[in-house]
Amino acid sequence: MSERAQLLLEIADDELILGWRDSEWTGIAPFLEEDVAFSSIAQNEIGHARALYELAARDLGTTADALAFDRKPEEYRCCELVELRLPEWERTIARHVLYEQADAERLELLKASDDAEVAGLAAKIDREEAYHRLHAEMWHGRLKDEPRYVEALEELRPLVDRRDGHTPELAPLWEEMTSVRRSQPAGTVW
Amino acid sequence: MIYEVFRQERKGQAFQHAGSIEAADERFAEAYAREQYGRRGESVALWVVERGSIMRIDEFVDELNRNYHRVDGYPLKEKLKEARERAGTAAPRDR
Repeated sequence: MSERAQLLLEIADDELILGWRDSEWTGIAPFLEEDVAFSSIAQNEIGHARALYELAARDLGTTADALAFDRKPEEYRCCELVELRLPEWERTIARHVLYEQADAERLELLKASDDAEVAGLAAKIDREEAYHRLHAEMWHGRLKDEPRYVEALEELRPLVDRRDGHTPELAPLWEEMTSVRRSQPAGTVW
Repeated sequence: MIYEVFRQERKGQAFQHAGSIEAADERFAEAYAREQYGRRGESVALWVVERGSIMRIDEFVDELNRNYHRVDGYPLKEKLKEARERAGTAAPRDR
């Protein structure tokens, strides 16, 4: 697999899995305005994943759906941070803040890439991520003196760059995420 | 805090009340207003204003019933009916 395809998959997997985890807040966020905002962020992340998978799929001679849903859990290249189920709001916000920081750095590098397709897509994604960062920063400002939030930041920070394996939480997520697709024979047209 | 949101659909058009949002402060209000009233391309601009900053006026004293100040001060309906009866012509809808 080319270095470019590997990189695209790494980012796409981060965005897909994080989009899934963030979407778990739909309908149960602390208040309605936040429910709408956070669900929209989750949907954006999945949209970014789709665009990245499409680019990778062209290089690899497959489809975005196959890359998103037909690989085995151990083939995903996402970081451990996005895999965790975090049913506590302050931990979810801590992950959101850490992820957006790391993602901003990554997007800056990609925007400067010699690869025009990658740089162009990164610029598009970054325009939406700007609102995610705004959202992350305002929550950070609100929670930064809460001990439970500070603790969560410390707990989760090392997971941002951890990609050599997976947490035990990825497999059950994968089961759920791919169950509908696996319920039909491979190659089914949906 | 409650913030009222007004949106402008196209440049040059009047802003219309779109709804309200609950937010802890102005930054949250901005983020939520963008999410709920701007992200589908339905607005070219928003006004977001804390409800307490809006002056509301809803009492209009007219103790002496000076209805000639109002556009409905000269009801014509009765006079028109009488005039029609005198002339022997029915109202347009009855013809």
